[in-house]
Amino acid sequence: MIQEESFDIAVIGAGAAGLAAAAETSSAGKTTLVIDREDHPGGILRQCIHNGFGLRYFKEELTGPEYAERFTEKALKAGAKIRSGTSVTSLVKEADGTFTLIALSSREGVRKIHARAVILAMGCGERSRGNIAVPGSRPAGVFTAGAAQKLLNTEGILPGKKAVIVGSGDIGLIMARRLSWTGIEVKAVVEIMPYPAGLVRNIVQCLDDFGIPLYLEHSVVNILGRERVEGVEIAPFSGGIPQMEQKFQVECDTVLFSVGLIPENELSRSAGVKLNPSTGGPLVDSNYETTVPGIFAGGNVLHVHDLADFVSEEAENAAKMAVRRLDGEDCGEKNPVKVESNLKYVIPNTYQSGRKTRFAFRSLIVSNQAELEAELNGKVIWKKHYSTVRPSEMILVELDGKLLQEKGELIFRLKKGE
Amino acid sequence: MKQELICIRCPFGCRLSAEWNGNFENLKITGNQCPRGAAYARQELCDPRRIVTAVVACNSKEQPYAPVRTDRELPKNLIAPLLNTLYRMRVDIPVKMGDIFIENFQDSNVNVIFSSTIKR
Repeated sequence: MIQEESFDIAVIGAGAAGLAAAAETSSAGKTTLVIDREDHPGGILRQCIHNGFGLRYFKEELTGPEYAERFTEKALKAGAKIRSGTSVTSLVKEADGTFTLIALSSREGVRKIHARAVILAMGCGERSRGNIAVPGSRPAGVFTAGAAQKLLNTEGILPGKKAVIVGSGDIGLIMARRLSWTGIEVKAVVEIMPYPAGLVRNIVQCLDDFGIPLYLEHSVVNILGRERVEGVEIAPFSGGIPQMEQKFQVECDTVLFSVGLIPENELSRSAGVKLNPSTGGPLVDSNYETTVPGIFAGGNVLHVHDLADFVSEEAENAAKMAVRRLDGEDCGEKNPVKVESNLKYVIPNTYQSGRKTRFAFRSLIVSNQAELEAELNGKVIWKKHYSTVRPSEMILVELDGKLLQEKGELIFRLKKGE
Repeated sequence: MKQELICIRCPFGCRLSAEWNGNFENLKITGNQCPRGAAYARQELCDPRRIVTAVVACNSKEQPYAPVRTDRELPKNLIAPLLNTLYRMRVDIPVKMGDIFIENFQDSNVNVIFSSTIKR
């Protein structure tokens, strides 16, 4: 017989989001089960052995494993149950409004879990070579940066001897330093855009410290080698195409891709949750509730963040809302929130009049002078000046309930300054 | 003497400019938006240091490598010697997050500590 269990809240994923959400719901007195496919809680944090986590949340600089362990302790102390090594294969809403999850683990077999609410905290996955369609043969030695990070930091396996990194996102930069510190020669970091995707501090401490060249406005146009990678061809990229006559070859046995992240929403989709095409994550209202009432989302499953601390904060907020909803609070009105010029997206997608709301955005432009403005029913109600905006940095703002008194349509736009 | 630097103390990454004569006398730093920037520039010019993180082979069945880090910034010239030392060492479990693995590495006043608790 299949074992069945009931909880107030089921949290899917035990990373920076899920652990924070579970700590929150458990301390609010809700019985909470966290289900996670890895053998230990912590998610991707466990392989991020570098420092830079927790500055905002714990006011000290921690490594990923330390941040994960602190949050695991927090969740367990609050009373949450964590089931590791377990995958959720199905999430279904029943006629009575509760949820049934099917959880599989090699240790415990199949279990049916009933919950009154669900918090999605599955995080995100990496874009890979296939996503950006790099030509060439298909030899061994091609990894995503995160896969190589996991091999190196949790299994102690070196991915190769000489590496080229495609993309200058923070994971790629961190891996450049990590590889260099293990004796692997990083020959180049290749970025298609005219500016680095990662933080400038990571350019300094992960590339400049090791004399690793960063090729901006260049792309990898070919991967060479039959059995194993033997090299790559790199060409300057201008006017939207690679300049093949100027291509040059770099010898290497390993290619890492650090070319962006995508929220992981296979399960959400199967549960009928509507996704937002500009984030890849669920559409949510100001309660972080998805289009399926009772299913909430927070962290990288909702939209990709730059800092783990923000992931935890957002998931905590989603958890607070889930608790309020279980306590019978009305989900409130849903007034639409939209973005116009120069903004890729906004979270959440609705607001409630008179309630303080936190909004997250991503810019589509790079500028050293910009103004973000909010317009409600045709009137500009709020403005803020920014000295730098770039696609790699999330913009977070909190609007006071007093500004949002009126019901209507809230529009945000980013104006480029002089 | 004059040198341009980028502060790495926080994600903001201020562009700093440092000017001095002789042996870092009258060191003048501009471009920083907080005192940490000035402190960073002085440190970076006189005695550059970094936090070092690594993994060390471990006799745990569940986790073959233990993550470690320096508990403060280590002088840059000691990074390679520290990594070479760490790669030759083995961790005996159980260990607790924050426990000291190497004390006062080469009299630098820097310890190496565990970033993770490993029980089994």
